[in-house]
Amino acid sequence: MLKYTEDHEWLKQDGDEIVVGITAHASEQLGDVVFVELPEVGREVEAGEEIVVIESVKAASDIVAPVAGVITAVNEALPDAPGAVNEDPMAAWFFRIKPVSVDLSGFLDEAGYQALIG
Amino acid sequence: MAEFRRTTLYDLHLSRGAKMVPFAGWEMPVQYPMGVLNEHLHTRAHAGLFDVSHMGQVILRGPGAAEALEALVPADILGLAQGRQRYGLFTNEAGGILDDLMIANKGDHLLLVVNAACAEQDIAHLRQLEARGISVEPVTDRGLLALQGPEAEAVLARLVPGVAAMRFMDVAEFDWQGATLWVSRSGYTGEDGFEISVPEDRVVALAEALLAEPEVAPIGLGARDSLRLEAGMPLYGHDMDGSTLPGEAGLGWSIPKARRAGGARAGGFPGADAVLEELARGPAQSRTGLRPEGRAPIREGVGIFDAAEGGALLGKVCSGGFGPSVGGPIAMAILPARLAPGATVWAELRGRRLPATITPLPFHQPSYRR
Repeated sequence: MLKYTEDHEWLKQDGDEIVVGITAHASEQLGDVVFVELPEVGREVEAGEEIVVIESVKAASDIVAPVAGVITAVNEALPDAPGAVNEDPMAAWFFRIKPVSVDLSGFLDEAGYQALIG
Repeated sequence: MAEFRRTTLYDLHLSRGAKMVPFAGWEMPVQYPMGVLNEHLHTRAHAGLFDVSHMGQVILRGPGAAEALEALVPADILGLAQGRQRYGLFTNEAGGILDDLMIANKGDHLLLVVNAACAEQDIAHLRQLEARGISVEPVTDRGLLALQGPEAEAVLARLVPGVAAMRFMDVAEFDWQGATLWVSRSGYTGEDGFEISVPEDRVVALAEALLAEPEVAPIGLGARDSLRLEAGMPLYGHDMDGSTLPGEAGLGWSIPKARRAGGARAGGFPGADAVLEELARGPAQSRTGLRPEGRAPIREGVGIFDAAEGGALLGKVCSGGFGPSVGGPIAMAILPARLAPGATVWAELRGRRLPATITPLPFHQPSYRR
């Protein structure tokens, strides 16, 4: 089941890893994405740490690590084709993280996220 | 956003799905559902319709209006032929730029188009010409549309056939269904196109008629900014302000020989000494194009250094972003004039220095019909 953060990330649990992307709402707000910078695989990150830089035609913003853990993979195709974030935000994952704890119960479910973005 | 003014096309923008933002005291469309990137590319390939009704239109009327305006603007206005338009600057006492503007000679009067953010101040500034017997008449009953792109002529000529005979920077009046349009062949995109002043009560009808043509899409401020950036055109308040001399803004070309030292009508405008001295010795720094390596945009305020580590701060980015037609990031900065095209400088972005190449402006060659 998908979970969401208040920073407009979607989280998909896959075994003991979490796949992270941004929501359609976030991609619409950002506008056309023209630049993505991903973290290094193997990097240990803290929850809330800014680890992805994403730039649209309008502005720069960050994506934070939703949990503490280790980056296990990144979507290598994104930096060369950043527009994928707008075309299909649910498919355009940014990174996989192996969290210290895989408990996602503290995050928003679909209904909770929809309530957030109103 | 009640404190912001709305143009006559406000409801049309909403009906087209525009995202509205505050801009220079107005509530304006920044983009439509097509998105900034595709709006930009559409304008370069077909034709884009821009609502620029927020810009100030001002008529100067009276004997000697051209000569009088030369007291505020270091351009050749006396030599501007009827039916022609020219770019110019208002300067302050220090020689800095108060605003940039378009000046059209319409026979019995001059028509000026000034930036929205500066309009009120410009009109107050122009009022000093009243002492010379010139009437200063802000145009408050007209909207302003820009139709830009390689297909703009074909589209507009379907409604107003006479425009096809206009050349770049011509101005003329045409009838469209009983309304008098003030048309200039100019714009702010680096494309061929037109700016069309239209009576307020016909703005919606004209905009709808243009949008009904298959080549035309509505374009917001986001793409207007990336189009003008690729065309190497400065934006007042970003690339220049009251502390920027014309030469360093890269706008010395707008000051002709006749207004320079030794010319027939040398000086005679605010800050002339500073402006002409700078032009005579050559500006120490000037507005310069930058192509960052890689894909990361460098935006306004980013520092430009002369070394990958340490070194000196050369200047700051005044306009920067992604150039959709260039296919990568582009920027302009006011940098030492000694930097030659091809030289490498470094932009400090998120704590790292990224190389960028000094590049001649414009980034995208204009396609005006001269």
